[in-house]
Amino acid sequence: TLQITDWMDMIAKNYSDVASLVEYGKTYENRPISLLKIGPTTGVRKKAIWMDCGIHAREWISPAFCQYFVKQLLETYKTDSQIKEMMTNMDFYVTPVLNIDGYIYTWTTDRLWRKSRSPGALGCNCSCDCNGTDLNRNFNANWGTVGVSFNCCSQVYPGSKPLSESEAQAVVDFVEKRKDDILCFLTIHSYGQLLLVPYGHPSIAAPNYDELVRKSTNKMKVGLAAAEAIKKVHGMEYTVGTSPDVLYANSGSSRDWARLTGINFSYTFELRDKGEHGFKLPEEQIQPTCEEAYSGAMHIISYVHDKTFKGTGSAAATATATLWMVLLAVGAALL
Amino acid sequence: MNLTILIVMAVLTGVLGSPYVTDTDVTPGSDSAGMSAHPNSVPEAADGTEVFHEEGVVEEEGVEEDVMATGELNPSHYPAQRAANVVKHYLNTRYGSPYRWVGLHKVHSANAEEVAESGRKYHLEISVQEMTGNTTEKCSAEVLFPALENQRSPQVQASCEALLTANTTAQEEALYQQYRRNHTLLSGHNLPDSYGHIDPDMKPLWHLGGVASSFVMLKESTENTLYNMAQVANVTQLETENDQLRFNYHVLLHDMVSQEIIHWKLLVTWSPAEGVKVLQMEELPKCEHCEVPPKPN
Repeated sequence: TLQITDWMDMIAKNYSDVASLVEYGKTYENRPISLLKIGPTTGVRKKAIWMDCGIHAREWISPAFCQYFVKQLLETYKTDSQIKEMMTNMDFYVTPVLNIDGYIYTWTTDRLWRKSRSPGALGCNCSCDCNGTDLNRNFNANWGTVGVSFNCCSQVYPGSKPLSESEAQAVVDFVEKRKDDILCFLTIHSYGQLLLVPYGHPSIAAPNYDELVRKSTNKMKVGLAAAEAIKKVHGMEYTVGTSPDVLYANSGSSRDWARLTGINFSYTFELRDKGEHGFKLPEEQIQPTCEEAYSGAMHIISYVHDKTFKGTGSAAATATATLWMVLLAVGAALL
Repeated sequence: MNLTILIVMAVLTGVLGSPYVTDTDVTPGSDSAGMSAHPNSVPEAADGTEVFHEEGVVEEEGVEEDVMATGELNPSHYPAQRAANVVKHYLNTRYGSPYRWVGLHKVHSANAEEVAESGRKYHLEISVQEMTGNTTEKCSAEVLFPALENQRSPQVQASCEALLTANTTAQEEALYQQYRRNHTLLSGHNLPDSYGHIDPDMKPLWHLGGVASSFVMLKESTENTLYNMAQVANVTQLETENDQLRFNYHVLLHDMVSQEIIHWKLLVTWSPAEGVKVLQMEELPKCEHCEVPPKPN
């Protein structure tokens, strides 16, 4: 991870007109958690895109993708008018590694570690997996209800309480302040080749489920379109749906928390592969995986950008709502 | 007058879509057994206390998903995918070799039915692919997940179009002879390594580990698990016996649902004639003082 922090410093230095380093928290082992803020300062308050990688330590392709994403933005914004426009209108907040302690642990000690490195709760015996909390079960979003185990040795131990982990708290602190500005929240994981939409709980559906996954009245399907965009790059199929449908029920995820906080476009990306190498994706697959994921992410990002700044889609929704109001008023008057 | 309004509203609802967007594909586990029966349920605490419950959450109207239901299943949803994964493991136990490692390509269709007193049976149309080559083949399969607690392994029947007959005989024979002739017994570890790399020379032993692991994964699978082999931690060749090459394997399995990494020790034999067999299998604790990890339901 020292390499990644060096890289982040280098980016902030070499692209100082559009990139800056923002420290926004500390890990359990007191390492600084930082993101790269990408986007020129325009003097006005900007909308933003959030992306986090490396919540789960062993999912190495995830931090690699965040790095690739930043690199792509910085290498293309001067010549690609779409990227340039998006960066003018929106800032990109990218956290290459959230679970830094865990990530380092996968390099030094256990390649397949998943959780944070906070100590196990009191009463936790067993000497090995019984520390750490699954950061993606620790957010305050139906916390502790499903897809967790309160056995501290479990890989899906959600913590002693919501936001017990400083890493999760850091995200909440940063994002909550800016929730009205953040248009889209992407959290990157592996493996499985999936695009997951809220919520992880099987009984709760996001009000814009249709928009997130399927066709809305006149609009393109967003999630399915993103999967199509991914497939166009190298032919890889990504399944789109809620976690309880296509993977498993879960609670306390960063994606769900973001959605509950009001960020409508909240997605979990599960990158390659489908189990053959699993967490240990071969080096030669890093580039193609990043390319396809970039395409998928960009589809979602351009959608929310265009919806906000070009008014596509919102017009239809407003018209429908107005019509209903009129009808209900008429109905009420007639009764 | 009221009827007219109702008709108008009904028509407009059809045209515009409901003003209430509570559409959900999924209802909570409808299984009356409640606690432990939900497929998304999670490992119980080692001390046996119930660790979570599915009840008591907001229930919204919507289409009932076939969580424990019968009938046609969405092939991209997890119940069909997990059942198909079991078929993959079965095919590996039947046809796998150092040059034939079967992976799941796609689920085309699936349906499930309750079989009284037996369990739940899935009918699947899937495509599998040989990870060693690049061909895909269609298979029809049935998976019965038993209802009884003491009879945990699923039962599988499958028939594949081309029966995975890509000609690997020559390669297998060559490898077999080569390993037999070895003066020093082979060994390897960390396949793949942290970077996903496997030495070309070690690939057949990696595939063999995957195939052997399928014996365990088949035996251990339920509707609440999704197993893949994460790594061959260690493989050591033993003396050949009865014309069978023999290996001790230490493999790491990953269960996607619980996210646990589970260690198994396997005694594996192989020859082109007899195929892969697992003579002994033993689950290992993660470290010396540890207990065996909590099991998913």
